Amino acid sequence: MERIQIGDVSLEVLIAGDGPPLLFLHGGDYFAQHRVFFDRLARRWRVVAPRHPGFGNSERPEGFRTVNDLAYLYLDLLERRDFGKPTLVGASFGGWIALEICIRSCEAIDRLVLIDSVGVKFGGREERDIADIYALSSDELLRRSFFDPVRLAPDYARLSDDELNEIARDRQATALYGWRPYMHNPGLRQWLHRVRVPSLAIWGENDGIVTPDYGRKLSRSLPDARFETISKAGHYPQIERPDEVADAINQFARAEVL
Amino acid sequence: MQVWHFSEMAYHPAWPELRDSYRVVIPNRLFDPKIGADLYHRYLDEWALCDELGINIMTNEHHATATCADSVCTIPMAILARETKQVRLLALGMPIGNRNDPIRVAEEYSMLDVISRGRIEMGFVKGVSFEISPANTNPADLMERFWEAHDLILRAMTSHDGPFNWEGTHFHYRSVNVWPRPWQQPHPPVWMPVGSPGSAMEAAERGMTIGVLNTGWVRTPPIFEAYRRKAAEVGRPMSPQRLAYMALIGVGNSREEGERRANHILGYSRTSGIVAPQFMNPPGYASVAQSAHAIKASGAGFRAGRIQSRDGRNIDPRTMTVADAIDAGLVFAGTPDEVFDQLSAFYDRVGGFGHLLMMGQGGLLDHDETVANLTLFSREVLPRVGDLAAM
Repeated sequence: MERIQIGDVSLEVLIAGDGPPLLFLHGGDYFAQHRVFFDRLARRWRVVAPRHPGFGNSERPEGFRTVNDLAYLYLDLLERRDFGKPTLVGASFGGWIALEICIRSCEAIDRLVLIDSVGVKFGGREERDIADIYALSSDELLRRSFFDPVRLAPDYARLSDDELNEIARDRQATALYGWRPYMHNPGLRQWLHRVRVPSLAIWGENDGIVTPDYGRKLSRSLPDARFETISKAGHYPQIERPDEVADAINQFARAEVL
Repeated sequence: MQVWHFSEMAYHPAWPELRDSYRVVIPNRLFDPKIGADLYHRYLDEWALCDELGINIMTNEHHATATCADSVCTIPMAILARETKQVRLLALGMPIGNRNDPIRVAEEYSMLDVISRGRIEMGFVKGVSFEISPANTNPADLMERFWEAHDLILRAMTSHDGPFNWEGTHFHYRSVNVWPRPWQQPHPPVWMPVGSPGSAMEAAERGMTIGVLNTGWVRTPPIFEAYRRKAAEVGRPMSPQRLAYMALIGVGNSREEGERRANHILGYSRTSGIVAPQFMNPPGYASVAQSAHAIKASGAGFRAGRIQSRDGRNIDPRTMTVADAIDAGLVFAGTPDEVFDQLSAFYDRVGGFGHLLMMGQGGLLDHDETVANLTLFSREVLPRVGDLAAM
């Protein structure tokens, strides 16, 4: 993978395809499983997919401890206009980062797409909006993450040490940024009116981490958002149904252009 | 050599109802407060007896578990600080990376030190991985928080000129001013349990006493060696008093009696690691390399293979026999002579240590048997352990 320098921070980044720019912010796990999705997107878009600080082989400056730090880092990148004014796509944990970016400034963003995003708390203090991935058995976690876990579950025993180390760093970084408050910012909901770009929320119909109902609440909280579900998909529809998710993004973007 | 009696105050009456997890998720309706009260009092009686027997006292804490009903290590210490008069009191200890308020820890230890007239030894522990969930602390920066809390507690206990400011990464106070100050100057001795050569070196740099638990014949020598090497490297005076080893000990008038007692105490080892696998390795708790290994093993957890026989065979703690455990160096059991011989052999094997943390009660070992175990140890073995440190 290529690298990109943002201020003092060096990130791994995948850059592929030609077309209007699309900045993809990944979730906490399964980065290696995004290849087909990136290929589909690259047919229409110039895809820029950085690996967040602390994930994979991207370094994490010691002071980076919250999703706010990631939002400001990507705002620095967006304001450089290296890739023009991209459509911002955030999946799961990456959706949370995308929302934190948008409430600060939408100036350098064309549109927003959220895929099974976390980041916002809607329920009461004894309700759990986002499944506790750290308290679920590995079988239950897979069942809630994928419509078809048998097809999608990686065979970790066959991975190289480098691949396993990257996954370990992904999970460590996700915990660092998202452990407490768990996968959300209690203050985020009150600022969602500042997401002043056309938005699309795409949701796996079988998502057991954040349910479609959570997705509907989230899209209703945004000023200008549509909500679409993808059937036969869990928390990672872009992995399970890459064509459908890429099509939904293409249609949303084209509709806005017309 | 100093000897310390340790018990986890197990709530074993719930054990028959547990299967896949003895921790984290088990409902506390399985704890009967009336039975619990009787158990607390008998464990405290056993510790109080240690004051007469010349055996020091060690407590610890765990959370949301039936293996250890001592969820606040300083509570039995507080009772014993007044109930005992002679022996020293060690908490090994306080999970300071999981506690939200280090100043409260400094206050608890200082008060205990004054009430006991200077008999407190302060343990600071990282805590096992499955303590993360009950505390809901971030595993990815646990050790950073641990060391900041450690620095703040010691600074608070040794500062005697009124409030000072602490605006760190994890803890924020604008007026740190701990009352009372401790009895021992500059502060009570500091301990840390370690399980690897790397953490032994971190303790050696700071002159802390390390307590090494469940590491046995194979894993203990490199840990002690790392400590000695690091202490020499940083120019800290090395003494066996910096090294402690925990063993489960069953002494009897016959080999059978001693081994029977050890077999009951082994209930601790057989249950203590039984926890749902998702709580074994929270991300960031272990190093990237260890976590990668655990991911590859797919839920088996990095704790697998921790107990080994002398010839390197993995021992499953859940089904470990007394013979296995003696071979692994986790248990010393038999007649007083046999216990002393096993202890001496282990002592020589690891290059010596200054503290024996004796689990004299564990699992289902009942009160009368525990009293007999401690009494016989104190009469027949304790007088001889002094010879070891002189070797």
